[in-house]
Amino acid sequence: MLQTLSTASHLPANRNDTRGDRSVKARLTLVGLAGLLAVTSFLSLATGASDASLLAVIQSWIAPLTGGQIELSIRDSIIIHDIRLPRMVLGILVGASLAVCGATMQGLFRNPLADPGIVGVSSGAALGAVTMIVLGSSTLAPIAAFLGVFALPLTAFAGALITTLLLYRVSTQNGKTSVATMLLAGIALGALALALTGILIFMADDQQLRDLTFWNMGSLAGATWVKILAAAPIIIVVLLTVPFLAGGLNAMTLGEATARHIGIPVQGLKACAILVVAAATGASVAVSGGIGFVGIVVPHLLRLLIGPDHRYLLPASALLGASLLLVADAIARTIVAPAELPIGIITALVGAPFFLWILLSRRGFLDL
Amino acid sequence: MITQTLARGVNTLVRATAVAAILFGFSFTAGAVAADGGIVAIGGSITEIVYALGEEDQLIARDTTSLFPPEALNLPDVGYIRALSPEGVLSVNPKMMLTLEGAGPPEALDVLQKSGLTIITVPENYNRAGIVEKIRIVGKALGVEEKAEQLAQQVEADLEEVQKDAASHRQSRRVLFVLSLQGGKVMAAGTGTSAAGIIEMAGGENALSGVAGYKQISDEAVINAAPDVILLIDRNSNHSTDDDSVLTHAALGSTPAAKAGKVVRMNSLYLLGFGPRTAEAVRELSNAISGKAH
Repeated sequence: MLQTLSTASHLPANRNDTRGDRSVKARLTLVGLAGLLAVTSFLSLATGASDASLLAVIQSWIAPLTGGQIELSIRDSIIIHDIRLPRMVLGILVGASLAVCGATMQGLFRNPLADPGIVGVSSGAALGAVTMIVLGSSTLAPIAAFLGVFALPLTAFAGALITTLLLYRVSTQNGKTSVATMLLAGIALGALALALTGILIFMADDQQLRDLTFWNMGSLAGATWVKILAAAPIIIVVLLTVPFLAGGLNAMTLGEATARHIGIPVQGLKACAILVVAAATGASVAVSGGIGFVGIVVPHLLRLLIGPDHRYLLPASALLGASLLLVADAIARTIVAPAELPIGIITALVGAPFFLWILLSRRGFLDL
Repeated sequence: MITQTLARGVNTLVRATAVAAILFGFSFTAGAVAADGGIVAIGGSITEIVYALGEEDQLIARDTTSLFPPEALNLPDVGYIRALSPEGVLSVNPKMMLTLEGAGPPEALDVLQKSGLTIITVPENYNRAGIVEKIRIVGKALGVEEKAEQLAQQVEADLEEVQKDAASHRQSRRVLFVLSLQGGKVMAAGTGTSAAGIIEMAGGENALSGVAGYKQISDEAVINAAPDVILLIDRNSNHSTDDDSVLTHAALGSTPAAKAGKVVRMNSLYLLGFGPRTAEAVRELSNAISGKAH
């Protein structure tokens, strides 16, 4: 806890004592992660099933500036501009959002196992989205028509918000959040959302069923500019809001009572964090389906590296989450080319063993 | 004079459009690259028809459901029919995609359409006319209309003959198609399904009416359906169910079919593909349900 104390700016720590201060390392890590994201973004544009040349495309971007003109094949142009570029943008948005949501929830619940996927928030978002997919053409048609492309992200957001609120209410008693109750309540809420989704799936016709199956596995394959337009505003607002929560989340690591005593508006902070997590999870699930474990692997890895200070942890999570998802997506689309694997399979293959490793190495911590 | 001015005007316009297009990052200079490749076949029966027409040289890729003839497996697989990857399809340099109705996702088809790929969608109807129509459309797309007409007429005649034979059996038998039996829950074929279509062609009666699509049904519904024959997918496929689990199943075991030991198995693509082999499949099914040796 020493490093938390010395980096929490609200506390009058001995300024000369810099033992355990990992600020410098954290700043360097942030720069490194930004560089990594640049590399993975390039990788995402450059790899795929086809041999479309990224170089030619970049030349075609630059050529008009120098008065030249390069003729690009339609196929390559489509592959780069309409397939890989939206996929890269969506990968960055969703990856950043998943990791930041994980880090925020873990800060809020003061538990490294809190993740929207594990505690049922993603299932709630999925329920919202499935409701719109199945009933959007009948019962909910007026709402679907009114909301347009935002219908799916907004209903997913509503589902995620309701689940998060319920989860928080159930697992918090007298201002204290019980970890065991939270995990169990998360499982129960996830199961409930899954059951309700099951009813909707039973009602779905063949066409909707096909849409649902593949949406459920999680994939960036359906990335289009329209989808980005629908999800980006929500995710960007969340990513810009989250840094303001860092100080409060740091204080929360000392316990809610202490946080309140040092002047953190705890209730406001909790409400804001819940809203933010629900919004970003909803938007991500709506556009890419259920992609698990990014929210748990990324913040945990970074905590080992730069410590638990949320001022660095949150932006670093966004950067690493984005990079991780871009790499996973690059694997997903090349490993069985020209077909492709759902990305949720790749992240779960990496994430599930990692999750088990956390459980094993922190066994004592979990026996509450 | 006027024509000259007009031509110059059009020329300028074309050039301006091209420049604007490049500025916006989309260079769609007409005819920049002639698509060089062949045809991608999406859907098991589509691939079968291409082979039946002897036009497999035109094929350069297939989807995951295209499993027959075995030679087709050597072609690159661009993914499952409902989850096509647009870049995967474009990576094999196709000039045309021949696809069975229901391919997707829609985003992938949009992008493919935009890339200038010709996409021909073949409707799927679970009856004789549907098969014949498929053959004609595929033949036209491949530019072998005469050959396709021959095949279509031959397939139609074969189907007509086997259906006539099938209809001549004394009584129509109630057939229940069980897609899966996971955890003891019966997933069966209701109305409007491919299984219902083939059962009807083979002179049987789909035992499960009143339910649309493939649905999980209760044990009581199974008993109520009282099938004379239980139809299953082949043993070596993903959905395989062994005879024991059918005969010892609480509901299935008490049906007339189980008591008479009438459990029939057929390969899924052969049975439900609605392609050139369907006449054969109908004959086999019809013989099996009417109890004739085969």
